[in-house]
Order: sequence, then structure tokens, then C-alpha cells
Amino acid sequence: MDQLTLISLSIAILFLPLLGFIVVILFGKRFEKLYMFEVGVITLTFLLSALLLVVKLTSYIDDKIQYAFTWIDFGNVPLIGSMQIDLGINIDNVTAIMLVVVNLISMLVHIFSIAYMKGDKRYNRYFAYLGIFTFSMLGIVITHNLLMMYIFWELVGLSSYLLIGFWYEKKSASDAAKKAFIVNRIGDIGFFLGILILFTHYKTFTFDTIFAQIAAGNLPFDSTGWLTAAGILIFMGAVGKSAQFPLHVWLPDAMEGPTPVSALIHAATMVAAGVYLVARIFVMLTADAMLVIAVVGGFTSFIAATIALTQNDIKKVLAYSTVSQLGYMVMSLGVGAYAFAFFHLVTHAFFKACLFLGSGSVIHAMHHEQDISEMGGLRKKLPITYYTFLISTLAISGVPLTSGFLSKDGILAGTWAFGSLTGHWLIPIFGFVVALMTAFYMFRLVILTFHGSPRNREKYDHTHESPFVMVMPLVVLSVLSIFIWYSPLPHDSEAGWFLSDWVRTPATVVPAEASFDFMISDNAANANHHITHSAKYTDAMHRIHYPAMILSEIMAGLGILLAFAMYQWRKIDPDKIADKFRGLYRFSLYKWYIDELYDEVFIKPTLTLSSANAWFDNKIIDGVVNGSAKITVFLSAISGWIDKYIVDGFVNFTALLSGFIGIIFRKLQTGKVQTYIVLVVFSVLILIFIISPF
Amino acid sequence: MNGFPLLTFLTFIPVVGMVIILMLPKEKTSFIKYTTLAATGIQVVLSAAMMINYNYGAGGVFEQASFQFIEKFRWIEIAGLSWLGTVKIDYFMGVDGISAPMVLLTSIVAFIATISSWNISHSLKGYFALFLLLDTGMMGVFVSLDFFLFYVFWELMLLPMYFLIGIWGGPRKEYAAIKFFIYTLFGSVFMLLVMIGLYFSAVETLADGSQVFTFNMLALMDSANYTADGILSPFNPANLRFIAYIALFVGFAIKIPMFPFHTWLPDAHVEAPTPISVILAGVLLKMGTYGILRISYPMFPEITRDLMWYIALFGMINIIYGALCAMAQRDFKKLIAYSSISHMGYVMLGMASLSTTGINGAILQMFNHGTITSMLFLLVGVIYDRAHTRGLNDFGGLATQMPVYTGFVTVAFFAAIGLPGLSGWVSEALVFVGSFGVELIRVLAMISTLGILLGAGYMLWTLQRVYLGKLNEKWKELTDLDGREYAMLVPLTIIIITLGIYPSLALDIMNTSVNTLVDLITTSAPKFLLSGM
Repeated sequence: MDQLTLISLSIAILFLPLLGFIVVILFGKRFEKLYMFEVGVITLTFLLSALLLVVKLTSYIDDKIQYAFTWIDFGNVPLIGSMQIDLGINIDNVTAIMLVVVNLISMLVHIFSIAYMKGDKRYNRYFAYLGIFTFSMLGIVITHNLLMMYIFWELVGLSSYLLIGFWYEKKSASDAAKKAFIVNRIGDIGFFLGILILFTHYKTFTFDTIFAQIAAGNLPFDSTGWLTAAGILIFMGAVGKSAQFPLHVWLPDAMEGPTPVSALIHAATMVAAGVYLVARIFVMLTADAMLVIAVVGGFTSFIAATIALTQNDIKKVLAYSTVSQLGYMVMSLGVGAYAFAFFHLVTHAFFKACLFLGSGSVIHAMHHEQDISEMGGLRKKLPITYYTFLISTLAISGVPLTSGFLSKDGILAGTWAFGSLTGHWLIPIFGFVVALMTAFYMFRLVILTFHGSPRNREKYDHTHESPFVMVMPLVVLSVLSIFIWYSPLPHDSEAGWFLSDWVRTPATVVPAEASFDFMISDNAANANHHITHSAKYTDAMHRIHYPAMILSEIMAGLGILLAFAMYQWRKIDPDKIADKFRGLYRFSLYKWYIDELYDEVFIKPTLTLSSANAWFDNKIIDGVVNGSAKITVFLSAISGWIDKYIVDGFVNFTALLSGFIGIIFRKLQTGKVQTYIVLVVFSVLILIFIISPF
Repeated sequence: MNGFPLLTFLTFIPVVGMVIILMLPKEKTSFIKYTTLAATGIQVVLSAAMMINYNYGAGGVFEQASFQFIEKFRWIEIAGLSWLGTVKIDYFMGVDGISAPMVLLTSIVAFIATISSWNISHSLKGYFALFLLLDTGMMGVFVSLDFFLFYVFWELMLLPMYFLIGIWGGPRKEYAAIKFFIYTLFGSVFMLLVMIGLYFSAVETLADGSQVFTFNMLALMDSANYTADGILSPFNPANLRFIAYIALFVGFAIKIPMFPFHTWLPDAHVEAPTPISVILAGVLLKMGTYGILRISYPMFPEITRDLMWYIALFGMINIIYGALCAMAQRDFKKLIAYSSISHMGYVMLGMASLSTTGINGAILQMFNHGTITSMLFLLVGVIYDRAHTRGLNDFGGLATQMPVYTGFVTVAFFAAIGLPGLSGWVSEALVFVGSFGVELIRVLAMISTLGILLGAGYMLWTLQRVYLGKLNEKWKELTDLDGREYAMLVPLTIIIITLGIYPSLALDIMNTSVNTLVDLITTSAPKFLLSGM
């Protein structure tokens, strides 16, 4: 298969789900069975992407296959010269793997939903939304430039909005949808500003062109500070989408959406897009930017794990665990363990999708009960769900023989190496403590849901195992959570094809003085080798590998043991502990009060400001307008009065006066000659008197 | 198309329709309606013909030769009027990349507003006659290249608009109509003064070698035409051009409307009938920004450069202030009126960048705002016709009752929010690319991005309050869209989606002219004296 065919294939993969969306949204009302079209389309998309992956890995394993076209042509721009905006696609190994992961999970979720959503009044529309989501997500994966990344980034935001608010009759659902969109927008503004920095300087959005320019020493506005800023700002997009602190608040609320949606969008794919974005810009991250990313990721994984410890809603536990695991991936990128971050993204996608679909199976069986304090003992009723759920739980806890063990172990070793090389020990501490908490809360969830005796007998009696279309995806996903798919050795991920041949850490393009020294390869020959870090880093990783593995197993074992002691064997009473650490318990239960804080600090002031603004507009600005109108009317009244009484008054007065004088002088016109003579004589006398010189 | 007076037809077809309507007896209501539809329909066809024959490579802006569809002949000629000298005014029309999108927009919006006028209930004859007169005024403004002619059309719009709001409007229609009329007149008085000032400052050399004062816009863009002692001449040491620029700007700013001259807009919108709101938001608001690009920028490039920061500042204020006000509204139409103020702020911000990306974004935003906001007003009209209320808190759950309608609402709302894939985003993004790229206004651009967030806030909140949630039992009887409503919403939706996916369709029209304009203002300015730089 030549490259052009491969490009056409990937374009077909991208647009097929869009076709599904358009057909189903337009005709879904008319044809009841049209959802099957969407399911078929996704299945085809999956098969095509599997074919693409095979071809890519067999024929073009070291190639980047790209295709671009001019989207907007600004012609000959004054002072700049010709300027275009290009869009295009890029297929490297990471892309090809992601295409398969996204399409596989999307297909399984489609199939799962056939039974799960049965009877919903907007059944077809649900599948249409899944279609547009898949399209948008594939767009993120396949892009070769920042602008298209941003476009599809917002489009997954839209599909997320539509699907979280799918049951919009519930206020909580429409609230959650709105919150998700707006919180994501905050991150996206940062993302957009980061893109603007790069575009303003390089006049292109294309990743490779920008990276080549940076590598050639052409920095944004000629400063590493701006490069750091661009990196951190673009990372803000990931903070929103991948639910990192402080923008993580939308993800737990997003559980208002149908559970298969939570599995697809809010666990496996969309929320991992942030990690994918950071991976895409990984080579241009400066040391400062990486440190910020590592700290944000580490802190997020910690905060989310502490909250997950006490939640009683099965989906909320999983949601916080997702936040925590995403924090792991982000932290991993921050410490330079690029390959492990992507590896964990893939393994997490499978086992977390399995966990969410498993919880969906439970919720379905329990007739939409999500509270684990109402469950218990479901192991006997839902055996397949139970065992698949258990395998995935082992994977997320990092127990050997699972995929999670391989990827998590690499991340923890990476943080440890980072700590020893840079002195930032807080990050590995976050990593290992979270490993313990993860194992604990996940087994707490398993035990409270499936073990022991049922706490709500009535509901328990009505449960039964889910139909085939629902358990089949669970089985597939749990099988994918076993190590063998990724590495022949259960304890050494780097021995596996995934890390040794497929996914390689790209060499950084940041100037040496702005980068961590261990990120710069000391050996030019290493550039094609899979580890492009310095020898110092490679040594540290090798030295730390086994201690890190042992420590992480101790942590996981302790967590599991503690969970069994507290919830299975009842050796320790969890309520007593909660009582003893009342403050801490409530702090965790109420999610660190972050929502309340945001409400007080951001939402209420914004609403107040907006009312104040509207008042100002209405009373002051418009007041001035109406006031000047009133003043004009008043002035015109005055001038009217003046006109009537003064100006016209003067005119009338003049007339009046002349009339008056006339009346007086008329008296003189007597018509008698004697009177006239007397008057003449007197007048002459007066004149002589006045004129005479004496 | 050579020789065919396309722009004259485009401008005066509505007047022909008006004359026909005035001759009809007023009982023939459907005949009146179809006459209007035919007139605006022919306009759409003619502007499509214009686009088919359009030369994408021609710059226009200041050069007569690269304008297209030119019509120029002597209109008014008064010989030897004492000290005034000989008055010669041309009938001069033409389009370039700045006006062509506006012509297209005007014909589309007028056609759709006609469909929306179908259910106007009383005094149909007067309504449609005035409507068509308004249409001529709007079209004339966009195609005029003579300042005098421009001014005539500019004032021509005022009268029909006044009556359309004042007679067919809502409860406070008189107040709104008078406010609109006086406010706009206030602005055009400034414009008139500047126009006369410019007239006495520049001369045009005629074929016979004699020189006369001129209203020719293109002549006014060339410093070589100004006399040494003309009152607004750049050579005049008592430089009054700055004051003239401000006066002219205020005249245009009222139309945009720019803070703090914007308060006529919410009142006018709330009281105007739906189709008039559509015209107002879709076309009339663009007059202000169009005037700035067509007149202020090329005639006063040196002052434009000096004041770009302030233009950007007011753009930023419009964006954020408008969005915050919108968030506090309880009336659906008022909310959209304030969102218009916010969205027109992007146009100003883009213009202020004086860059190709920014001005392209600004003109595209003018077009997109015209289609998106028209659609929003039509959508409000749809429920207002059925429910006779526009209170945002009176509804709830309409998505269940009117799913197709809500589908259109979702498209329009997300277009207004600036969702990629829909047209509004492209122009907003270009505005930010342009304004962020200029160091002087970079900080203003960064602050303005808050508008994106606030926009999502008030739009989604509205979506939630009106359309999501449980259906309010009161509205159980509401019906979904009918055929006429489809006819007006579908074309707009298609435009919004098409331009979102392939914006070059519109950008290619304007791009050459924008480059010419940017070149005229910013670089060595071949045509204009660089006094301020």
C-alpha cells in the first residue's frame, strides 16, 4: 500500500463517523433502526484504522506520512509577504495507535449502548452524538497543526456538552453540561493565546515547521521566556480537557451523562486528549514549562485520589480515579517520561473504559442505582461483570501481569529519576502515595459493590447479568488489560514492542540553556534510538527501575490490604476512622470544597458584576441619553417661554407702547386753531430758549 | 456584464417594487407581499450575478481602475454659484472587496426579512413600501463611491426605519423610534460637517483642465488632490483633521453601536418587529464599521494610525461590556441586542489592528454577525409569535416540545459562541490573530479573549433556561417550525456552516482589497502624505 492510499484511508477514517452523524441526525426521526447505520459505520472505521495501523507498523514504521492543503490564502500581505493557513494530517505511529484505540473503544461503546440505552426516547440521536464525538476525537488525533487541533478540540467540547446534557430534562444534567463547556473554555483561552504567540512569530500553525524553527534557534520573540509561556499556555488547554487542577471540577459532574458516554469520552478518549496535546508539543517544552506540568499533574493526581477515598457514588469514584490517572500521565510528561505517558494513556483507556462500562452494567442491573452503599454481593449475580471489573481494578492498581503494572511502573520510575536528577522530590512522593490510595479506593469499590452480602435485598433480588452486547465489550477490554499485548515480559515494558519499536521519545528542540540537561541527548547517534535523553537519565532510569517497581508494589499491596481489612474482613471500622478524622473526612467527602470556593470567588462576583453593569447601562449611560433629551426639552420650553413672553412680548410691547403714545398724542389733535397757535408759540419759545446763546 | 448598470439595478429594484405596491389597492395583500419578495429575490439574483462576474484579484479601495461594476456620470451640475464656484456631483457607484460582501449580505438579509415579514398583520401596504425604500437606502450606502451620494442613501435609510419601528413596533415603539431617529441624526450631522469640510479641501481636475471641489471618495483619499489652504487639507497648518476624524468617527460609532453610544440599540431591537430587528442587526449595524473602513481609514490614514490603540480599546470595552450586560438581561431580544454590541466589538478590535488578518477578520465578522444575529432574531421571533412573550424565565424545556426548532437554535447559539466549524469562530479567530499580532494592542486583545468565555456563559445559560429542563406545561401546545420558517432558517444555517468549514469562499472576495487597504494605511502610503508618522 503506498503512502497516498494510506492518506486516503486515514481521511476516510476521519470522515466516516461524520457521515454517520449527518445521516442519523437528519433521518433518525423517520427510521427507527437507523442507529444500526452508525454502529456499522463505526465498526468499519475501526477495521480501517486497524488496517492502517498494521500497514503503518509493517511498511512505514519510521515515516511520518503527511498531507496538507491551503485553507486560507492571504495573498501578498504588506510587510510580511505571502501568508497562508495550512491544514493537514499527520500519521506517525502515535497517531496510528491512537486511531485504533479511539475507534476500538468507540465501537465497543456503541455496541454496549445498543442494550444500555434501549427504550430511550432519543435513542437515535444518542448514536448520532456518538458519531460526531468520534469524528471530532479522530480530528484531534490526526492533525498536523495547532489550528486544526484547536478546531477539533472545541468540537469534542461540543459533543461532550451534548452528551453530558443528553438527559437535559434533569437540571443537574444541563448544569453539568454547561459547566463542562465553560470550564473547558477557560483552558481553551489559554490554549488559543499560546497558539497566537507561535503564529504571530512563525506565521504558521504546523507543528513540524514550528519545531524546526525552534530547533534552528528562532525563538518566539527571540526569548526562551515566550517559549515557556507558549508551552504553559497551550498546556492550559490540556488542564481543561484532561481535568487537571484547578479546572478538574467539571469532570465529576460530567457523570450526569449516560454511563457509556462516561466510558468513551470522560474516561478513555476525550479527557486523554489533553495528554495527547502535551505529547504533541512535548519537544518544545522548556524546563520551566515541564516543571509546571509535572507539578500540576502530580498535585492533580494527589487531590483526586484523596477525594476518591470517600465517595459513595460508583461513577464518582471512577471519575476521580480518572482525574488522578490523567494527573499521572501529565506528570509523566512533565518529568520527561514521554513514552510511558503515552503508554499509560493507552492502557488506561482500556481498563478505565472497562471499569466504566462495568459500572454501567451494574447500574443497568440495579435499575439506575449508583450508590455503592445500596449494593454488595453482586459477584454472584453479575459474574462476568465482576471478573472483568476485577481484572481492570488490578490493572489500575498496578498489580503484576496487567497492562497497568507496566505503564504505571514506568511512570513511577520516571518521577523517581526526575527527583534524583533535579531534586524535586515532591513529585515522586505524589506518585507513590497516589499509587497506595488508588489501590485502596479501587478495592474499596470492588468490595463494597461485589463482595459481602447485599445491603439492599430487594434491589439485589431483581438484578441479573447484562445481555451479550453489554458483556462482550467488557470481556474484550479486560483482555486488553493483560500485559501480553504490550510486552512479552510481564515485568519489563521496555522489552516490549510497544515501547521499543512503536513509540519513541522525540528529541527536544529547546535550546540547551532552557532545557533540563537530561533531556538533551549526549550522543547524536542516539537520535534514532528510542531513548533520546542523556546517558545520565538512562542510567538513572536503569538504576531506579527495580527499586521503583518494588516500592510501587509495596504501595499497591498495602492499599489492597487496607481495603480488605476495612471493608471485607471488617478488622478496622471505617466509620470510626471517619469519626476520628472528622475534618479530613469531610474535606475529602466534599471534594476540598473547591466547587463552593469557585462559586464564591468567580461565579457570584461575575453575576454581580453583570447586574451592576446592566444597572450602569440602564441608569447612567441611558440616563445621560434620556437626560440630555429631557434637558433639551426643558431648554426648549424655556426658550419657548422667552419667545412667547420676552421676544414676542417686546414686539407686543412696542405695539402697545406706540398705541399708548398714540392715545396720548391724540389728545393734542383737537382740531381747534387756537390750541395749535398756543402750541406753536410755546414750541418756538422753548426752541429759542434752548438755542439762544445766552 | 459590460455596460449593464448592475449596481443601479441592484439599488433601485426595491424602489420599483415600492412604486408598484403604492399603486396597488391595499386589500391585495398577497400581491403586495409577493411584489416585495420578487424585488428582494431579484436583488439576490443580481448580487449572485455580481459575484459570478467578480474579479478576485482587483484591489479597489482608492483606485478607480480596480473597482468593479463602475457607473459614473455627472448627476448634479450647477455652474458658477457665486463664491461656491461650480458644483459638480457625480453619480458614482462601484464595488470592491470591502463592499461586495456587504452587498451580498444586504440582499440575503433583505430577502429573508421579507419572508419573515409574511405575518405582519396591519397596514401591509405601508409596511412593505417602507421596507423596500429601506432596502434601497442600505444597498445604496454600500455601492456609493461619491460621498454626497453616500450621504443621501445614508439619510434615506433613516426615515423608513423610523416609521417601521414607530408604527409596527411593540408597546414602547414611539420612544424607541424617536430615540433611534434622533441618535442617528445626531451622528449624521457630524458626518455632514466633515463631508462639507472635505469637499472644500480637495479638488478634482476635470477633462477640460478646470478644477472643481469634489465629493469623489477616491479623490479624497489622495493627498495630491488637497489644496494648500483647504480646511481639512493635510497641508493646512491649522490641522483640523484630528477633530474631523473624531467627529466622523462618532457619526459612525453611533451606528456600530460603540460604547457609550449604544443605548438606542436595545430599545430599538426590543420594540421593532422581528424582520426589522433582523435588518437592523443584520445590515444597519454594519454601516458604521463599513463607513470607517471606506471613509475614515483611507481618507485619514495618519490619524487612524495614531488612534488605533483607542479604537482597539473601545472594541475591547464593547466586547466585555456588551457581554456582561447581556448576561444580566431577562428579555430574549435584549440579550441578543447586547450580544450584538459585544460581537461588533470584535469587528472594531480587528479593524484596529490595521493588519490583513485583523481586517479580514473584521469584515468577515461583519458578514457573519449579519447572518448569525439575523438567525437569532428570527429564532426569537418564532417563539414570540407562538407564546407572545420573550421572558427568558418564562420558558423551559422547549427542546422536548420543538426539537427541530431547538436544533436550529443550537446551531445559531454555538455559532454566536464561536464554535469552530461554524462561521462566527473563523472571524473571531482572525480578529484575534490580527490584533494579537500587533504589539501595541496585544494586551487589549488578550483581555478581549474574556469575551469568548462570557459569551459561552450567557448563551449556554439562555439555552438552558429556555430550551433545556422539564417542559413548562404552559407551552404544551406550541408547534414546531412551519414551512415558511424553514425557508428563512435553512439558508442562513447553510451559510453559517459553509463559511465555518470553508471561509475562503468569503475571504477570497475581500482579501485583495484588504491588502490594498492595509498597504495604504500602514506602509509608505503611495497615495497619502505621511504627516503623522
